[in-house]
Amino acid sequence: MSESGDPMDVTNRVQLPESEGGQAEHEQGPRLAVRQSRDEPEVQREVVFDVRDVSNYYGDFRAVRNVTLPVFRNEITALIGPSGCGKTTFLRNLNRMNDLIEGARIEGELLYHGVDLYDPQVDPVEVRRRIGMVFQKPNPFPKSIYDNVAFGPRIAGFTGNMDDLVEESLHRAALWDEVKDKLKESGMALSGGQQQRLCIARAIATRPDVILMDEPCSALDPIATQRIEDLMLELKHRYSIVIVTHNMQQAARVSDRTAFFTVEVHEDSGQRTGTVVEYDKTETIFTNPSDKRTEDYVTGRFG
Amino acid sequence: MAATHVSATAGAVEQALRGRRTDVGGVAFRIALFGALLISLLVLVILLADVFRTAWPVFRDRGVADFVTSNISSLPERAGVRQGIIGSLYIVAFVVVIAIPLGIGGAIYMEEYARDTRLTRVINANIRNLAGVPAIVYGLLGIALFVQFQALQPITGGRSIISGGLTIAILVLPIVIITSAEALRAVPRSIREAAFGVGATRWEVVRSHVLPYAAPGIFTGTILTLARAFGETAPLILLGAATGFLSTGSAGFVDTLKGPYTALPTLVFAYARKNLRAFEQITAATIVTLLVVLLLVNATAIILRNRYERKW
Repeated sequence: MSESGDPMDVTNRVQLPESEGGQAEHEQGPRLAVRQSRDEPEVQREVVFDVRDVSNYYGDFRAVRNVTLPVFRNEITALIGPSGCGKTTFLRNLNRMNDLIEGARIEGELLYHGVDLYDPQVDPVEVRRRIGMVFQKPNPFPKSIYDNVAFGPRIAGFTGNMDDLVEESLHRAALWDEVKDKLKESGMALSGGQQQRLCIARAIATRPDVILMDEPCSALDPIATQRIEDLMLELKHRYSIVIVTHNMQQAARVSDRTAFFTVEVHEDSGQRTGTVVEYDKTETIFTNPSDKRTEDYVTGRFG
Repeated sequence: MAATHVSATAGAVEQALRGRRTDVGGVAFRIALFGALLISLLVLVILLADVFRTAWPVFRDRGVADFVTSNISSLPERAGVRQGIIGSLYIVAFVVVIAIPLGIGGAIYMEEYARDTRLTRVINANIRNLAGVPAIVYGLLGIALFVQFQALQPITGGRSIISGGLTIAILVLPIVIITSAEALRAVPRSIREAAFGVGATRWEVVRSHVLPYAAPGIFTGTILTLARAFGETAPLILLGAATGFLSTGSAGFVDTLKGPYTALPTLVFAYARKNLRAFEQITAATIVTLLVVLLLVNATAIILRNRYERKW
């Protein structure tokens, strides 16, 4: 990771302590302008992931083919589509989580701040420190709330004040007030929604640059879902977020850009391969999609 | 109209709900299952009761202390199990020191590190087969390896505690590996993913999350292993335990390990072969001792496990 100067910069800014409000506002100023002038020619945002013609294979089976899409900084990018269309597989490319699956391999080019993520020189452990992940089912460690948050920084060799970091992470995940008196209790004892926010706190404790979310609300009730969505809108000022969701309303509510995946069934073999049909601003995908399949899906005629 | 319509439905519902029949097959099955449990327990209880009843006069007349501190003897009134207890504890020590760390380590490598290739699958299947190999075969292996193999003989001292302990350690190794691997396999993938997801290395994932989660299961396997090691007789008979006498008194530690020995189950075998009627009681008392020592060792292991569990 020779070109790590850039993401480090982000990390450093995130590290600034409780000047949170002012800092956020300061950062937010120009961005709001961008958001409002959405329909004007795009003010070019920094590209976090430049995905070029990426395909996923499990052995000989091609699960996802030819995905090309840029992911922009401080945006929420939603991946939608029917079950089995490869959204999750694609998402897990972004922090090399698929490395853990035997026989999985990737073709194409995946640049993260210009660095090829799959370059043999790149350490996947370091990748996952910078690119955090929140999973479909809340999966806190069977340890205390405190240790859940502190584990990541601890193994990363964090030398600052751990108590402060844990508190700050729980604050950002909007969980602090609910757990501040029971940090030593097990993370498993929390409710589902709280567990998921704990997982978000755990993900941001390592001060990542990007957060990947794999259907983070699918196991949660509407109130807990709303809290997570509010949180995502809050977090995107600091991080870039890529989210897989089955819930189209959710994609429409929170995301800036949406990629619609679909699954192609090969006539001879019956193999199912996912691919991206359309990738655009969320507004466009939901109001004026250019592909018939996208329109059918987002209007509920299919899937 | 509406009312009669409702009551007609109600009538049909009532008829259907109240048509409760006796499920003959279900009841018979349940009785059969209960019977199976009862018979298994009954056999065990009768066996234990008989052993304890036979052993009772020995403990009553001579006292527990006298019996467990007396040496092997061909006179029933003086025969004891001291060497057997010591020998058995030595053998279990070999298992704890050699088989358990090796087995757990091997299981961790197989489950967490090794890639799923044809070779690993062959190894996996063979470990399972090894667990089913009769103990006497391990005894023969022990003779070939530790007694007859010239290079090792100076170390093991022939038919000695070292040879017996090593043989039993090899014998239980597959059991340790299998139970540990099961425990590791039961750790949810989501926990591993969560740890990898925050940038843990494989070693950190294993050390901080997989092992603590699997520890109770691994400990349970360990306890089963100790029980097995305690009860194993056949290989020890081949390796000279039955006829041997533990050197007593002045011999140093290493000499003791290289010397002749016996173990509780082999002692049971030895006493049971004697024709004198009084040895029936001695045999039973030896069995009781074996069971009690086994329970003590298991209880220690369980206490250790519970204490370890509480830390997480």
